[in-house]
Amino acid sequence: MAEPKPQNAVSKLLNAAWVRPFLFLVFIVVAWDLAIRLFRIPAYQIPSPLDVVAVLRTEWPELLRQSWPTTYATVCGFLLSALFGIPVAMLIAGSKTVESYVYPLLVFSQSVPKIAIAPLFVVWFGFGIIPKVISAFLLGFFPVVVSAVQGFKSVDPDMVDLARAMQGSRFQVFRAVNLPHALPAIFSGLKVSVTLAVVGAVVGEFVGSNSGIGYVMQRSIGTFDLPTMFAALVILALLGVVLFWIVDRIEKLVIPWHVSQREDVIFAS
Amino acid sequence: MSPATKPIDVSTPAAHLRLVSDRAGDASGIKLSGVSKTYRTRDGDVPSLRPLDFHINDGEFFVVVGPSGCGKSTLLKLISGLLAPTSGEILVEGEKVTAPHGNVGIVFQNALLLPWRNILNNVMLPIDMKRLPRPQYLDRAKSLLRLVGLEGFEKKLPWQLSGGMQQRASICRALVHDPKIMLMDEPFGALDALTRERMNVELMRIQRETRKTVLLITHSIPEAVFLADRVLVMTERPGAVAAIYDVPLPRPRSLDAMADPVFTELVQRIRKHFFSQGTLD
Repeated sequence: MAEPKPQNAVSKLLNAAWVRPFLFLVFIVVAWDLAIRLFRIPAYQIPSPLDVVAVLRTEWPELLRQSWPTTYATVCGFLLSALFGIPVAMLIAGSKTVESYVYPLLVFSQSVPKIAIAPLFVVWFGFGIIPKVISAFLLGFFPVVVSAVQGFKSVDPDMVDLARAMQGSRFQVFRAVNLPHALPAIFSGLKVSVTLAVVGAVVGEFVGSNSGIGYVMQRSIGTFDLPTMFAALVILALLGVVLFWIVDRIEKLVIPWHVSQREDVIFAS
Repeated sequence: MSPATKPIDVSTPAAHLRLVSDRAGDASGIKLSGVSKTYRTRDGDVPSLRPLDFHINDGEFFVVVGPSGCGKSTLLKLISGLLAPTSGEILVEGEKVTAPHGNVGIVFQNALLLPWRNILNNVMLPIDMKRLPRPQYLDRAKSLLRLVGLEGFEKKLPWQLSGGMQQRASICRALVHDPKIMLMDEPFGALDALTRERMNVELMRIQRETRKTVLLITHSIPEAVFLADRVLVMTERPGAVAAIYDVPLPRPRSLDAMADPVFTELVQRIRKHFFSQGTLD
């Protein structure tokens, strides 16, 4: 360790990665509760944190059951956006022709509000899982493409020349140089994508579904059941955090060499 | 006109400077005949190299100096086969260059080590690209690292090494597949002056031990004269051969060679080329 002197228990606890955001969360919840009491905000506008916790405690089997379809749709949509986004980015970065045809259209398509066209998917694919997956995919797709294109394009041309001069085939050079070089950018795109995929899945559930957290929210707003609605929000936030954390872990495994990961290496040596 | 600024006529050389010892009849080495390169861009054709004719002997240390943008790097890409010349032909070891032939090792100004590979695996990159048997070359890679003083750093990642050490590793990478030719594009341009001098001495030692043909491109005239068997001076863009000088300094050379009157006179003489063209390099 950097400090030779023994640390006391409090500072050790403060240094654990999860403690600081947790403390901040506690602060926000306390502020929320205080604000409701101070400004006398009625419960039909903002429920008190205790009410939300009570709902979370009593309704958790139902909330857990409803969060599965949402998680499933999010993960499927996210995987699809990675599966299609990275090859599309490869094509765009690899060919000027593809770029000139596809890229402007892709940006154009992003300006179409997904919420507005989500009902179309319900018309086409019914009330099942498919509209949600498509909606999650559409939101998650674009950040992957943009980051990956940037990653593939930022390779030093001299490095590619060097590998080509050693008679590496196009595929070999791509695998040895371009792809690993683009991975940090791809992962930053994937992290944005996974959180947007949650939003996409919920949008899909809003417009036409009979299951999922988005459906719970829609229903509880309809009945002014704000504590349930807030509980659903908490579940969604947790879902986003967990998925983001998983992608972050995978990133650490795949690109341990990157600048952003170096801290660990220095401490280890 | 004071004597100091009076231009020296470079076409009437002193007796010991101009013994161009070119064994042009030799099939080995690198032979360029009528090689020119013109880049086609949207704004029209940009000539980069005017027709070049010269021959680099086998095992020679050949240095090219020239002003910025005179097409030196283009020359390097032509010889490695990355670019095709607009006219003329290049022969490497008697074979016409039409595509990357892999008989070169390249060192750029930046070490360009892959950050996700450790030093040993970076050195092994040409072996992977050329699909050569890895175990067979592993020992060679290790002994090259020993040659440049990087023993014990095999498992380190590039960023854990200093700039000079990274550049040494990239020299190993250029040599690992045992090419005939080493192409170096301002290899020490990014290093500090002290490290640069040390690297020059070391490079001469490596060249002597490996007997490679070296084509080195530099902006530094003293560096060129110190390292070279022959120095090629290029004109401004589009580049052409202004002159080729023999460097009659004995080998092995130490940094003391830079105090030799032959050295200083030759440096002075080459510098005049850039003075007379109106550019101070």
